[in-house]
Amino acid sequence: MESPILSVKSFCAYFGELAVLNNVNLSITERKATAIMGPSGCGKTTLIRCINRMHELIPGARVSGEILLRAENLYGMNPINVRRKIGMVFQKPNPFPTMSIYDNVIAGYTLNGIKLDRRDKNRIVEESLMRAALWGEVKDVLHRKGTFLSGGQQQRLCIARALAMNPEIMLLDEPTSALDPRATAHIEELIEELKKQVTIVMVTHNIAQAARISDYTAFIYLGELIEYGTTQKMFTVPQDKRTEEYLSGKFG
Amino acid sequence: MSVPAAAPNITYRVIKDRLFQALMLFFSFFTFLPLLLIIFHIVQNGIAVVDWEFLTHLPRPVGEVGGGIANAMVGTLMLIAIASVIAIPLGVCAGVYLAEQKKGIVCYLVRLCVEILHGVPSIVIGIIAYAWVVITLGTFSALSGGIALAIMMLPVIVRSTEETIKLIPDTLREASLSLGVPYYRTVLKVIIPAGMSGIATGILISVARVGGETAPLLFTAFGSPFMEVNIFKPVNSLPLVIFNYATSPYPEWHALAWGASFVLVAFVLLLNLSAKFLTRKWKVQF
Repeated sequence: MESPILSVKSFCAYFGELAVLNNVNLSITERKATAIMGPSGCGKTTLIRCINRMHELIPGARVSGEILLRAENLYGMNPINVRRKIGMVFQKPNPFPTMSIYDNVIAGYTLNGIKLDRRDKNRIVEESLMRAALWGEVKDVLHRKGTFLSGGQQQRLCIARALAMNPEIMLLDEPTSALDPRATAHIEELIEELKKQVTIVMVTHNIAQAARISDYTAFIYLGELIEYGTTQKMFTVPQDKRTEEYLSGKFG
Repeated sequence: MSVPAAAPNITYRVIKDRLFQALMLFFSFFTFLPLLLIIFHIVQNGIAVVDWEFLTHLPRPVGEVGGGIANAMVGTLMLIAIASVIAIPLGVCAGVYLAEQKKGIVCYLVRLCVEILHGVPSIVIGIIAYAWVVITLGTFSALSGGIALAIMMLPVIVRSTEETIKLIPDTLREASLSLGVPYYRTVLKVIIPAGMSGIATGILISVARVGGETAPLLFTAFGSPFMEVNIFKPVNSLPLVIFNYATSPYPEWHALAWGASFVLVAFVLLLNLSAKFLTRKWKVQF
């Protein structure tokens, strides 16, 4: 296996006294899609929220262990820099309600106080919306509010907003769970396209989705990483009995 | 099992229902009757007095015909401006802090103080402003009146800001933070703009509340027959004009008091209506 872009090493996460993740070890490969699956409440969302240090925003939350981006420990960096390198898309589309579509895409720059001239702005907006497969639908309404779009379009707008910052890794937290099947198919297609350029780590509790679009799959159960490997292998010859039971729908 | 007897008194029930509805309508009518009567009375007595001269001239001595309340209008605007400059930044910041922090001993104390401050009688606030500012500066002044009004505005702004910010979903905060935006910029550029309609409404309501306050101005702004724009000099204000003229023995001045009441009520109504309008216009769809 080539050298991983992200390595999670003996990582534990807590809410107060409650341990949500227990000694997780995981290596994420560059420019591949890695799916993290598991039943509700198993800690999969916590894991990816730890990767861009959003977990610690909750009062009482703490972690131990380390996560390395290439060779640098994320927990030794300033969280603001971590989040600029590792973008995130949330379960529910959350475009900024006061901003137009255009302003939403470059929000990462304007909110951070990074000055860009008009030409750069236009280029970033067009590029990001193209990469998020939204350009065709919104190029004539760029100055309307982002919230006027449909749910699926809003989610792609959020993906464009994250892509505009040119992140090395994109974290997707159940990006399709609030969407209808058509919008879901659209986002999945988009992820297949995106993983050629960016490393994708996505949480899903939809087994079929993990099988469809991921190269690697991690199965987390009760805060422990049960099994991790190529998607193909996990779905054909699961090593652990619990993985097999989960995949065959015995629980979860 | 026996079939329940066909209700013979269904008509009776329907009548009871109608009666109850009529009663509710009757009582809700009574809630807006006072406002209607106030407006009717003030318009009836005040409208004849209000003309261009009334709005643009200074008051005249007793016995002279005419004269206006231009200085009182300017004074009221000055007092509100001074109060706003003090109370808006303080109130909005405190409100945002309370909404963002939620727990903690400081929060608890601040919230308690705001609630108590809300209930402090306005005349007491006037005395405090008198003791702090008037005595220190050695003169009645617009500044002291503005400070008294600012203390009255503060709890309204803090509360409405807190309530508004609390309703903004966490997902919005996360959207901003996940882009690597520092917390302070998230609050200033995402949270406050998203809550703008609620915050602005709170500010307008608080201005409407203090616009008609008389008691805290009696021994702070004091009143003045002259046009005064110096914040260190006593100024006149609409409620003071009404108070002074209405308690005078001269019928001409009574008429002027009605005119001033009309202007004041129109001002307060306008503020309340614009607050309503703003809430709708700037409403943010999450």
